[in-house]
Amino acid sequence: MTPKAAIRAEGERLLAAFVQAGAVPVEADVLQPAGTLLDLYGEDIRARAYVTDDPVRGEMMLRPDFTVPVVQAHMAHGADPARYAYLGEVFRKQARGSGRASEYLQVGYEVFDRAAPEVADAEVFALFRDLLSGLDLRPVTGDIGILMAAVRGLETTERRKAALLRHVWRPVRFKALLDRFAGRAPVPAGRVALLERLKAGTPAQLIEEAGAFVGLRSPEEIAARAEALVADAETPPIRATEAALLYDLLSLEAPAAHALSHLRGITPMLPAIGPAVDRFGARLEALSAKGVDVATLAFEASHGRTALEYYDGFVFSFLKDGMPPVASGGRYDALTAVLGAGAFIPAVGGVIRPGLVARLKGAVA
Amino acid sequence: MIRIGVPSKGRLMQDCFDWFGSRGVVMRRAGSDREYSGVIEGVAGAVPVLLSAGEIPRELAAGRIHLGVTGSDLVREQLGAEEVAEVARLGFGQADLVIAVPNVWIDVETVDDLDAAAAAFRKAHGHRLRIATKYHRLVRDFLQAQGVADYQLVDSQGATEGTVLNGTAEAIADITSSGETLRANHLRILSDGLIHSSEAVLWASRVAGWSAADLAAYRSLAARLGVSAAPF
Repeated sequence: MTPKAAIRAEGERLLAAFVQAGAVPVEADVLQPAGTLLDLYGEDIRARAYVTDDPVRGEMMLRPDFTVPVVQAHMAHGADPARYAYLGEVFRKQARGSGRASEYLQVGYEVFDRAAPEVADAEVFALFRDLLSGLDLRPVTGDIGILMAAVRGLETTERRKAALLRHVWRPVRFKALLDRFAGRAPVPAGRVALLERLKAGTPAQLIEEAGAFVGLRSPEEIAARAEALVADAETPPIRATEAALLYDLLSLEAPAAHALSHLRGITPMLPAIGPAVDRFGARLEALSAKGVDVATLAFEASHGRTALEYYDGFVFSFLKDGMPPVASGGRYDALTAVLGAGAFIPAVGGVIRPGLVARLKGAVA
Repeated sequence: MIRIGVPSKGRLMQDCFDWFGSRGVVMRRAGSDREYSGVIEGVAGAVPVLLSAGEIPRELAAGRIHLGVTGSDLVREQLGAEEVAEVARLGFGQADLVIAVPNVWIDVETVDDLDAAAAAFRKAHGHRLRIATKYHRLVRDFLQAQGVADYQLVDSQGATEGTVLNGTAEAIADITSSGETLRANHLRILSDGLIHSSEAVLWASRVAGWSAADLAAYRSLAARLGVSAAPF
């Protein structure tokens, strides 16, 4: 067999296993409308996805992943609950000289189910573990829901919480904001000068003095933010004890069972994370029931916090040194709401790269 | 024979000729000043190739020229470090690639403010805040590194400063030397909005075929110019 045929055969084997597990096989177009993906991921995705132009349909992208078209298809006319499986190429630009493939097969499994989300999380993880057994991969798990719950529970303004939540997937910006809101970083010089200037008059006066009004952003929008900045400058920093708990949470890495007892230990000081920690506990029980040893399963609270992601709960990867993740996945409840035009269904799923599996099995070089 | 791409007209061409000339390598256009071919004196084994400054990056990447003079903004936008090596900064053609917003945005001073304004703008208007530019890669890399979200780049190949006034963008990212045109269009540079300080640079193509004779010619040229004998 040629390498491509061997990889496809591996993909077919995995797809058959997903179908065996109860999934309906689905297809998705290779050409996806760019607008949806850009609105979801922002301009950053242009650096990763191939964009092309269609004279009639406008900007199109070569499918960078299946999740978005599968969720769209489900939200439009899916059964409830539903399980889907798919196999096909995805396309990602790679840095020159990285040696990484820019076109490869993905085989995936997605579960849309309102009942017992933690059981669905465990179902997906255990299924992946079984299909990847014998390859000596290192599973890593995380839970972005706990971090988001911690932010929502902070004793600070809704505006600050919204700013932090908006940047949960951009760790650098998140940290910079948290440092500032917690008073750990000085107010940037530019902001100090800005606040000084804003004291010189009402926003309406200052806008008037700034000369000709240009642009779509209205005087009301500008004034609203100027007032919010002044109000924010008078907002006390997030309490040191509360901030310390959040920093602790960001760097938490421990075996899952140990992480759970640690989180239970800090819940009295950060009560808002209680429900998320309970869900974490329920998930570990569900995983144990599937034979996963949670006393050794790696847990990292910041796992999955990378750009171009949309996970907002359980996340997992199966890793091998020197390779991109062999498999990865997670829960993306919020994405279904964004793509469902108001409708919403809890969803969890993941993908495996058959090319990497075939390599690990020695089927291809 | 080493082919040296030099800008074919204007101030950039003259500054370039002056830079080489002051180091004993005389370049000039052959024949009439409408003819796009050049001659070089003072060094053997090299020939100037007169090109539009905007095409020099492409020619370097294709290996059709061995050396080339063009702005660092164009090369950083279009090429990677594995295609070209920087031989010398020439000290002219300075201009900054900056982000500018309407001066009436009294609440926006830094990139951080721009990010927050973009979030509110998207909520209010239902589309991402538009930044007009022709430097898509440099601008996107800059904003991505700073974790800015909720913006979109719209292409503008000229008169970019006018896009805000004309309603096709909310902000711009463009090259400026004095800031005069920005001010005239009621725009203001963000205090930390400097994306790239550009100047004219002599580049060497890593892709071009460098024969032993070419390398020997390069070494004697480099000695004349006072630049590295082994740029890559």
